[in-house]
Amino acid sequence: MALYSEKVMDHFRNPRNVGVIEDANGIGEVGNAKCGDIMKMYLKIEDDVIQDVKFETFGCGSAIASSSMATELIKGKPVADAMKLTNKAVAEALDGLPDYKMHCSVLAEEAIQSALEDYQQRTGKRIENGGNA
Amino acid sequence: MIYADNAATTQMSDTALATMTAVMKETWGNPSSLYGVGQRAKEVLEEARATIADIIGAEPREILFTSGGSEADNQAILSAARLGEKSGKKHIVSSAFEHHAVLHTLKRLEAEGFQVTLVDVHSDGLIRPEEVRDAIREDTCLVTIMYANNEIGTIQPIREIGEICREKKVLFHTDAVQAVGHVPIDVKAENIDMLSASAHKFHGPKGVGFLYARKGIRLTSLIEGGAQERGKRAGTENVAGIAAMAAALREENAHMAENAAHLTEMRDLLIAGLRGIPHGDLNGDARRRLPGNVNFCFEGIEGESLLLLLDDKGIQASSGSACTSGDLDPSHVLLAIGRVHDVAHGSLRLSIGPEITAEDVKTIVGAVTEVVTYLRGFSPIWRDLMSGKKEFIL
Repeated sequence: MALYSEKVMDHFRNPRNVGVIEDANGIGEVGNAKCGDIMKMYLKIEDDVIQDVKFETFGCGSAIASSSMATELIKGKPVADAMKLTNKAVAEALDGLPDYKMHCSVLAEEAIQSALEDYQQRTGKRIENGGNA
Repeated sequence: MIYADNAATTQMSDTALATMTAVMKETWGNPSSLYGVGQRAKEVLEEARATIADIIGAEPREILFTSGGSEADNQAILSAARLGEKSGKKHIVSSAFEHHAVLHTLKRLEAEGFQVTLVDVHSDGLIRPEEVRDAIREDTCLVTIMYANNEIGTIQPIREIGEICREKKVLFHTDAVQAVGHVPIDVKAENIDMLSASAHKFHGPKGVGFLYARKGIRLTSLIEGGAQERGKRAGTENVAGIAAMAAALREENAHMAENAAHLTEMRDLLIAGLRGIPHGDLNGDARRRLPGNVNFCFEGIEGESLLLLLDDKGIQASSGSACTSGDLDPSHVLLAIGRVHDVAHGSLRLSIGPEITAEDVKTIVGAVTEVVTYLRGFSPIWRDLMSGKKEFIL
């Protein structure tokens, strides 16, 4: 049995949305080098919609795949939807992660949260995440 | 495919495999039985014992067959502890970068009231005999220091440590799992009282190993039952596995000099090639290491991603990164030689075998360079390092 699902390996081998957005208006970085995982998310938000998203990740195969999948799940979506992205949704979209790698999907969720936080601070806008978007 | 993870396990040699199947087919009796097929199995067992003893300079009765290196480590350490506590000696000297079969056994003894001193491993991956001497106390019952480290391959000054132990009248055990079959070992000349080995590290089968214990050292059984192995290891012997282990070791020993010469040349080529990657560093002394071991840290990347992408390119290797162990901390070996976490996560171990060619070395260097460069290309740490926001460690 392989360590990772085909989906994880696909996103690891061919990560989507890799790189930097120079004029990003929301940037989030989570994790630390001590633990071996750092994720950085760049968001370009216009009209409350995530027009573009890119990531940089230092980490294991599942960290890279989780970042890639998370960007796919929020790209083109309203910010309120992105706000509601959970680590579970990321892991499920990857057809599962080994138990001890679930923290990678948590980091992906946190990286997006952190970038959205940054966006709100920069723009002074509040993202409503309670109701239906 | 280039298999460069021989420190994890080796492929069984044809000789070992042929011996194993022949014994299983023809000498399948129980060595404890009195009739022919049992006694022939007993002969096979004792021949294997004599072969192994001869290669490491021991006597046949000093070789005890086990299920592998971990069992041998456990039994050696527990035996020394039981002997020690009889005379009130409950202190053990070891090092921080031992295999977990040693470290976890020591932890268990600590819970029983033993005290353990771990001597420093210097940044070159070597232990200083004088520091072992300084750590020995009146109540020390055992010094256990590995022969060669399983991750960084550094070969310890065993003979010197053995001399000190002899002089101080303290038992000396060495976990030689990575060394047996790869470097010449003479237990008497090197003052070794107990030594652990594992067959699958030298092209023998898995699930079999041995413990050498100098005559006169009273061993404690880990497995109670029948009187096999002079009453020190119950259970019907794994005759086929033991015979295959002896066959593998005989073969490795016969080709040791030529294998070591070739591996050393290939190893040094690999090291030279990988030194071409900026902000990387060799772990452990460049010379005093196993002929087949290369271990590097590369800053700005994580080891598991590196391994997976190398596997895609047909190269099998290993890493001391946290993500390859299911643990949050990177390798205790790399931390012991002073690598900080950030850098220890980006480690790569290549343990090559005698079939490697100069062409393979080129392929490996090319692949590692390409993958490290690719991963650094989207590593936020690398970005910070390159932009000067963070300082390079390597």
